[in-house]
Amino acid sequence: MPDTLLFAMEATLNGLTAGVMYALVALGFVLIFKASGIFNFAQGVLALFAALTLVGFQSGQIPFSHLINAIFGTRLHHFGWNMPTVLAIPATVLVMILLAILIERYILKHLVNQEPIILFMATIGLAYFLEGLGDVMWGAEVKALDVGLPKGMSSAVDEATFAWFGYGFYIDRLELWAAGIAAILVASLTIFSQYTKQGRALRAVADDHQAALSVGISLRFIWVLTWSIAGIVALVAGIMWGSKSGVQFSLSLIALKALPVLILGGFTSIPGAIVGGLIIGVGEKLFDFFMQPIIGGATENWFAYMLALVFLLFRPQGLFGERIIERV
Amino acid sequence: MLYREAGDFKTSYVADNQTFPIRFDRIGYYVILGVAFLVVPLFITDYWANSIVVPFLIYTIAALGLNILIGYCGQLSLGTGAFMAVGAYGSYKLMTAFPELNIIFVIILAGFITAGVGVLFGLPSLRIKGFYLAVATLAAQFFLIWLFTRQGWFYNYSPTGMISAPTREVFGYPVTGPRASAVSMYMICLCFLVATAWLARNLTRGSLGRQWMAIRDMDIAAEIIGVNPLMAKLTAFAVSSFFIGISGALLFTVYLGAAEAGEAFGIDKSFLVLFMVIIGGLGSIFGAFAGAAFLIVGPVMLKLLLVNTLGWPTDMAAHLEIMIIGALIIVFLIAEPHGIAALWRTIKEKLRLWPFPY
Repeated sequence: MPDTLLFAMEATLNGLTAGVMYALVALGFVLIFKASGIFNFAQGVLALFAALTLVGFQSGQIPFSHLINAIFGTRLHHFGWNMPTVLAIPATVLVMILLAILIERYILKHLVNQEPIILFMATIGLAYFLEGLGDVMWGAEVKALDVGLPKGMSSAVDEATFAWFGYGFYIDRLELWAAGIAAILVASLTIFSQYTKQGRALRAVADDHQAALSVGISLRFIWVLTWSIAGIVALVAGIMWGSKSGVQFSLSLIALKALPVLILGGFTSIPGAIVGGLIIGVGEKLFDFFMQPIIGGATENWFAYMLALVFLLFRPQGLFGERIIERV
Repeated sequence: MLYREAGDFKTSYVADNQTFPIRFDRIGYYVILGVAFLVVPLFITDYWANSIVVPFLIYTIAALGLNILIGYCGQLSLGTGAFMAVGAYGSYKLMTAFPELNIIFVIILAGFITAGVGVLFGLPSLRIKGFYLAVATLAAQFFLIWLFTRQGWFYNYSPTGMISAPTREVFGYPVTGPRASAVSMYMICLCFLVATAWLARNLTRGSLGRQWMAIRDMDIAAEIIGVNPLMAKLTAFAVSSFFIGISGALLFTVYLGAAEAGEAFGIDKSFLVLFMVIIGGLGSIFGAFAGAAFLIVGPVMLKLLLVNTLGWPTDMAAHLEIMIIGALIIVFLIAEPHGIAALWRTIKEKLRLWPFPY
């Protein structure tokens, strides 16, 4: 088999695993968009915030220690103990739920019935606020996140492909794990929304706010619920990205790529988020692979957005989205 | 007691249509113009020019441009940073290709180049809107920045990948490059600001501005009453990008002097200008001034207070600043969606009746 084809295949596989990561972030967007019609720009920062909080709990950092030190001139940094991951993850989940309640109470409640674009800009404000809050709470330095997921080259894939093609593919074990976890996440979300009472209420709200209100579903509770779930999805995405490349600000920029993923998959479709993520992941790796000699590297920065732009011109609702119908 | 309007009647349409219908405002406007042109240049120092005044003037032009697009035409754009970069790199290429060309024409031409690029990326707005359009403009942001950092032609293959502005003179005074004085930097930015603000005001109250606002309020209805959405949206993109391009060209040539696209015109610039427009007031010329002033002066004040007075570390102040800006955006969107401009309007209404409110 020619080498180029093999390299392209390896790039495709790597793109698939990267695509899973994008899909994880995009999933959070879709959940919130379906339930409340809000395009949540802060989802990426939510992932960053969740990862920061998790690292902070794990290493026993004192929240706001920098701020306290600056005000009182003390030298606090750590509680002096390390929380085991098993405890730190539930604690972070609690923080994310608390955050969801606060967001609902102090932002969303006051913006009911506003135009979507106002809500969108409010989430941009929220993104800035959370970014600052995360830094003030836990410090801005790059942190390593380790929750015990395996890392490094997957020797099984390497050996199998070597046996078939005579060339071992390099795939990070972490990314295989991420794919598995993403599958579990999507499955459990589907089960939750199809077979539980709260899940049905969630779908009812997504379908029609007013009708859901009139049969006695509490809109505010559902919003808290959706934002909590989105927070938990963000935590999963944050753990994956964080263990891959460290917890740092660029996490929230990578998460911006979930936007083109959504355009491709459609804003209202969970399978769309997954498929869109995979297409973007594979597309940008292959595009970079073939175009690098011609137009230079680092095309990953913009390929996803340009693909989305082209897509928007021909199919604005995305691959799986509901058709956008406008009524006067 | 500030406003004494009794007997201030309008007897012609011209008088009724003027920008400042109240005599007190009109006088105030001329006084501010006079102070800006005649008094400030006498006292301006390098510190004031570099930290507050010149960035304020330049960002106000950008905020005016974005306000036309978002506030008047209702098209959300997150590509402001990249359009400023187009202005900057356009002026750089023009300056190096035609050294004889006067810097004023260079900046205006850079504005026109940006207008062309803006129209190109505005084309999707004919089919999509809202946050879909926001993603399309994000494509402009990332693609253009990549172009300027990776394709050697744009930065004349300079080994550092930076562009730097050579010295250019207006009436014998250097306005760009290291020899430019605070006064000349201030004056050229002020002239451009006054010209663009005058243009923006008169465009937005004319037929074009009404078309934009009709599209913003309800595009389908606007189309039915005979507004051509193609023309209205693309002109909004063109005019807005023209302003943003001028602001980017000024930022690079006059203020920064040397720039690298990814660093100077990243997505944070897009958000900064967007926040100026939101905090200042959507759909208001005064709002662009107020928002730019707020977001330029605010961080400087905060830094003075926290770092220089309280002795806190700089990064802590920067993080608190991001937090405060984010919170302010939310507070303004909830409490006063039309920003500082609406607050000012309310104050003015009250002052006109004071001290006899009934």
